Amino acid sequence: MSAMIETRGLSYNRGGRSLVRDVSLEIGKGLFTVIAGPNGAGKSTLLRLLSGELSPTDGEVIFNGSPIRAIPSWRLAHARAVMPQASDLSFPFTALEIANLGIEGIGRGLSRSERSSIALEALERADVVHLAHRNYQTLSGGERQRVHFARALAQLKTGRSVEPRQALFLDEPIASLDLKHQLSLLQEARRLAHGGLTVVAVLHDLQLAASICDDLVLINAGEVVACGSASEVLTPSRLRGAFGVRLTLDHWPRFPWSLA
Amino acid sequence: MTAHAFTRSGLRLHREDRQRITLGMLLVLLVCVSFLGLGLGATGIPMTRVLSILASVINGDTAAPTGEALIVLQVRLPRLLLGMLIGAALASSGALMQGLFRNPLADPGLVGVSSGAALAAAATITLGDRFLASLIGALPFGALPAGAFLGGLFTTLGLYLIATRAGRTSIATMLLAGIALGALANALMGLLAYISDDRQLRDLSFWSLGSLSGATWAKVAGVTPFIVPALLAMPFLARGLNALSLGEAEAFHLGFSVQRVKALAIILVSVSVGASVACAGIIGFVGIVVPHILRLLSGPDHRFLLPASALLGAILLITADIIARVIVAPAELPIGILTAAIGAPFFLWLLLRRRGEMML
Repeated sequence: MSAMIETRGLSYNRGGRSLVRDVSLEIGKGLFTVIAGPNGAGKSTLLRLLSGELSPTDGEVIFNGSPIRAIPSWRLAHARAVMPQASDLSFPFTALEIANLGIEGIGRGLSRSERSSIALEALERADVVHLAHRNYQTLSGGERQRVHFARALAQLKTGRSVEPRQALFLDEPIASLDLKHQLSLLQEARRLAHGGLTVVAVLHDLQLAASICDDLVLINAGEVVACGSASEVLTPSRLRGAFGVRLTLDHWPRFPWSLA
Repeated sequence: MTAHAFTRSGLRLHREDRQRITLGMLLVLLVCVSFLGLGLGATGIPMTRVLSILASVINGDTAAPTGEALIVLQVRLPRLLLGMLIGAALASSGALMQGLFRNPLADPGLVGVSSGAALAAAATITLGDRFLASLIGALPFGALPAGAFLGGLFTTLGLYLIATRAGRTSIATMLLAGIALGALANALMGLLAYISDDRQLRDLSFWSLGSLSGATWAKVAGVTPFIVPALLAMPFLARGLNALSLGEAEAFHLGFSVQRVKALAIILVSVSVGASVACAGIIGFVGIVVPHILRLLSGPDHRFLLPASALLGAILLITADIIARVIVAPAELPIGILTAAIGAPFFLWLLLRRRGEMML
């Protein structure tokens, strides 16, 4: 039994529309799972259901062996972090203060120096330590995303001593990142997955997804089309069906970049 | 390694030190304006006299009080304490409301809490006088504060019910509903003014401008059990409000019980604003000016912002009250006129500065 997250007949309706329909999945512990699909397929909704943010209309999410709705928010926060799509902030918090928010909720027992070293390490891993004292509101979209990544890393690090079986949810984490930071963020997540962290990411770049993920879930119109390894899932006929595109090569190409 | 050590030592310096320095300076400033508030007014009393009067009270001196001692102890001291409590309550509930709405322009006045409280107070003045008083002789002394307090609470609760669906509060709905409720309250106030007699009309206009001039020890004792516990409870919401500024979903992800933070914030705001309006009428803009200045000085962390807002709010209101009774002595200006004269241009300046973001 190596599933970290399991869903049974998961459905979510809103405003009379069915956004996620009858999804039954197993997401393996310590694996990097990518959710892919066309715009409006329900990727982000599925991610929000899996992270416990939304309550399903039907079915349930089993997280670490218990129904996620039954886990109080403070306990859930020890076991999973979520990196949202970068958003605006109305108050001038610094990048360091944002990273600290990952610790404030669950790390009250830690000493001041422990907390500050967790925050700094997270900022370093997300390559934003040089922005620590910059006002978040003045950062670029990509820098903001990296600050939120740092916050998620800080939260995971804080929760690890209490709950070692953890998951990280990433919603289009590389949407506004340059190539170098796309690679370094995904490789950091990959490294954490090797250490036992379960990573679930919504990604648009199929080639990047295929090169980095263990499992790929392809969804379309709220339903799971296929799941498994990227090469199994991303067949020409499924790509044509879901995205309306044709694969012009007869095999899936190797990803051409790596960090210098 | 050295670069690492450098960033590490450089970190603390910035905001945390500024926050501590700011808090210390605010405390000193509060003590200074408090003494000024006791000494200045229609009758100027030298600082040395003020100190000796206070000292004789502390020493339990029971000699018959002089005229100056009566002014300091029975007029200015309760007025000073009332100004302190109300300034602190208004400024920190402004900060609380802005954190709750994730909007630096939110204010208890804006979401109709003040208007609801004032409407209830006005209704107590006119309708209570007309109908109730004939039944029970005269209106009891506490009817006005109680009415205002219930009005504030009722408005906030109604607002919450309108804006909350499926256990989640929509910030936009709440702001817009607050504007609508405020407009409705103002319209009803106009109606009350239309049907009231001359004396009641004077009471009403006094009410809507705000003033500390009726301060007595009884009033101080009346608001203290509302405002002091609310002020003491607010800092416990600070971490939750920090997380909430990322968004409700993010605060939930970080382990906070979002609904509880929001409900507590609403209760604390309506308690402190209701009590303030009951005592001194509508004193506007303190809740918007004070937190904004403090954010510029030392950042938006609510663990700092809430106590600092209470201090600066008290300082601001005491200062405004001193000016209100000195510039046209022996008469005095309603304090609401002063805070609006300072606050409204400030608010416009804020709007102009943020025009780009407001286009969203």
